[in-house]
Amino acid sequence: MKTDMTRRDFLKKSSLVVAATALHGEIILFNASPAQAVTSSAFKPHAFVEIGADDTVTVWLGQTNLGQGTHTGISMIVAEELDADWEKVQAKMALAAEPFNHPHANMQFTGGSTSIRDRWDIIRKAGAAARQMLIEAAAKKWGIAAGTCKTNNGKVVHPGGRSLSYGKLVQEAQKLPVPENPPLKDAKDYRIIGSNRDRLDIPDKVQGRTKYGIDVTVPDMCIAVVARAPRFGAAPESYDTDAAMAVKGVLQVVPLEDRIGVCADTTYAALQGRKKLNIKWTPGSHPAFDDATLDKLFAENLEKLGAVAEKTGDANKALAEAAVTVEGAYKLHYVSHAQLEPVNCTAHVEKDRCRLWMPTQGQTWAQQAAAAITGLPSEKIEVETPPAGGGFGLRGMTDSVKDAVSLSRAMGRPVKVMWTREDDFANDYFRPGTVSKIQGGLDKEGKVVAWSQKVAAPSIMTRLMPSRVKNGIDNSAIQGISDMVYTLPNRSVEYVMMDLPVTVGFWRSVGYSIITFTVETFMDDLAHAAKQDPVQFRLDHMEKGSRPYRTLSLLAEKADWGGKVPAGRSRGIAVGTCFGSSAAHMAEVSVDRKSGKVKVHKVACAIDCGPAVYPDAITAQMEGAVVMALSVAFNEKIRFAKGGVKTANFDEYPLLTMSDVPEVEVYISESVHEIGGVGEPGIPTVAPAVANAVFNATGVKLRELPFKRELLIKA
Amino acid sequence: MISLHVNGKKKKVEVAPDTPLLWALRDNLGITSVKYTCGIAECGVCTVLIDDKAVRSCSISVDEAKKGRIITIEGLPEDHPVKIAWIEKQVPQCGYCQPGIMLQTVDFLKRQPNPTAEQVDDALDNVLCRCGSHPRIKKAVQMAADLSRK
Repeated sequence: MKTDMTRRDFLKKSSLVVAATALHGEIILFNASPAQAVTSSAFKPHAFVEIGADDTVTVWLGQTNLGQGTHTGISMIVAEELDADWEKVQAKMALAAEPFNHPHANMQFTGGSTSIRDRWDIIRKAGAAARQMLIEAAAKKWGIAAGTCKTNNGKVVHPGGRSLSYGKLVQEAQKLPVPENPPLKDAKDYRIIGSNRDRLDIPDKVQGRTKYGIDVTVPDMCIAVVARAPRFGAAPESYDTDAAMAVKGVLQVVPLEDRIGVCADTTYAALQGRKKLNIKWTPGSHPAFDDATLDKLFAENLEKLGAVAEKTGDANKALAEAAVTVEGAYKLHYVSHAQLEPVNCTAHVEKDRCRLWMPTQGQTWAQQAAAAITGLPSEKIEVETPPAGGGFGLRGMTDSVKDAVSLSRAMGRPVKVMWTREDDFANDYFRPGTVSKIQGGLDKEGKVVAWSQKVAAPSIMTRLMPSRVKNGIDNSAIQGISDMVYTLPNRSVEYVMMDLPVTVGFWRSVGYSIITFTVETFMDDLAHAAKQDPVQFRLDHMEKGSRPYRTLSLLAEKADWGGKVPAGRSRGIAVGTCFGSSAAHMAEVSVDRKSGKVKVHKVACAIDCGPAVYPDAITAQMEGAVVMALSVAFNEKIRFAKGGVKTANFDEYPLLTMSDVPEVEVYISESVHEIGGVGEPGIPTVAPAVANAVFNATGVKLRELPFKRELLIKA
Repeated sequence: MISLHVNGKKKKVEVAPDTPLLWALRDNLGITSVKYTCGIAECGVCTVLIDDKAVRSCSISVDEAKKGRIITIEGLPEDHPVKIAWIEKQVPQCGYCQPGIMLQTVDFLKRQPNPTAEQVDDALDNVLCRCGSHPRIKKAVQMAADLSRK
């Protein structure tokens, strides 16, 4: 296992290293090549780009590989501006370090679809700076002006036609300062950005060579599982240490505050040992909590007065004066991340440092969690981030860090903590259950004149980022209403914050994945009430030429909205904007009224994410989002019983499988807009597009997720 | 000591006979391409081939598995049609589920070398992928079938 991957590796050999420091918050690029390193020892440089004497270009990354393709995408951006030979480019995950922090938030994380959109400038600049240095090195060698030299595919080209590969120039280039404002390429000259390269991590994944977090082994490591409370707020009352210790391979039983760790030579021994603990748990904080409790609480809270999140114009007056009013009520159940690699963390607490190997989406949070337990400063927590088997927002959480660090400290050796699938379901930070109601009003011309919406839901931020909650408003519970894609007068938005024992967290596209279902099915209700085409109705309420306007128009054109629909099928459409991009979906369905079974035949998607860096990865994200969102819409519901989470494994939480996956078409906009996110925007508009298609097929309004099939059965 | 036949080699593991093959492969033999996900044979992620048949390694004991020839994804040639197709169609996202799905595909294509789209759906309807790589898996299976027939 490599140690300090950012520094020791590159200082070994002759290379040009454009590194970064974030000493004062702002990311500054500078030269950290071996020739310069001696004089800049005060800095803690972390390489962004490294060009070796053998022409290898290494792009160092601080963004977690969750399978979203950003390692390749970021490398493509660097290679573009560097004018590198793509065949010589490799991507490597760096140790967690400040220069990899989000440029505006003072922390390193992979989330919010920000990996590329918020680093677009700095990544391009790093590549362009290295290119400029190589040009200057060549010009010096040739004794000509730098301005007369060009680059081409990993070489600097002399006006006379001769050339030198980058590797041959690093000796000279590594002595030069990093230019502050290197010229960036004009988009029309791109040859790598916007092209479809093979993803750099795919061959290893196909050959079974990729080591995920769960696969980490370090010398002298033991493996642990942790018994966690089956009910909210419960703690162990009694348990049988001796029985667990009697299992061959079990090394130690370690009680931690409200849970018990079992450390063993192997995973299986740890699991057997945990079973033998035979723990009796205290009743916990909500021993009777179950699905019925939740239903009741949601219904009650939706009737309460909420905090006012928006008041534009006078929605009540406009509703009273409207020619037509429409109402809708919504219910969305708790949803699990269900990422296939269970939560895990390997930790080694040493005297003056603590090392973590963890497929985390939140390196800074992991450091803080480990620092709090060990008493070490955060910079002494070294985080190595192996690729993750899915994340979807869950992997910023730190429960397994706390497990692993506590157990490593107790054992005095490295410990890998493994969660089982049952642990994962019972301790997930779910997409929050949510209820909502909307009242809308239309004038005589069928224009929307009022929108009044109330949301009752637990708050994600109250526990995870409390500073983000202001005046009783957690924006993550209502995002997608005030910033909806329509410009409507007279709006009111109310939020009832619910305090429930269920842990909730960030789930791919967060509040938008919930709220957009309400907004986009309601827009269809309004269009229907106005007797207008749902696409035209939407366009009429948007700013002409805006990103969502163009996205919906693109989808309508490509998917032939208004054209001939195959016999027996119906279509529905939805559009939204989040994480800097707009997406729209059209679903084509048929409904078997005998069984209530909905067959989704096709989903077409249009996405406008600004410059499309890596189109095939964007397509893959959109395809995957369709599957995931359909799975949630039709199948996924976390159940609660006896004071805790009842759902334990995939037999009770069936994900969508092959025969229910429709044909997916993806259209990427030739955008005129600024760069946006890709990982999340593909989710929110899938479910409402399907519900709208089902309404067009049957007249039945599906307003609960997952859909209730029985509503579609016609005797 | 139990002797297993893995990827053409004899390997000895010191485990209780009832140990699931999954954990013996991962913890004792270091073959981590075989992944744990559900432990109850619901997801297919831990699939290996035993005597050319797809088997969920979480739900077969070492004692039962010792009788057969076990193949994991490393045991398929690097240029196996299924691997070529999976790369060509750029199937994996996180990739965690793919070795198991690929091995189940190998078993399926051996029995059904010329499958219809519907047969592919049926054959792979009991595996899970959370990233939603299904549309590409469907294409890759057809491509692998084409390559295998050549």
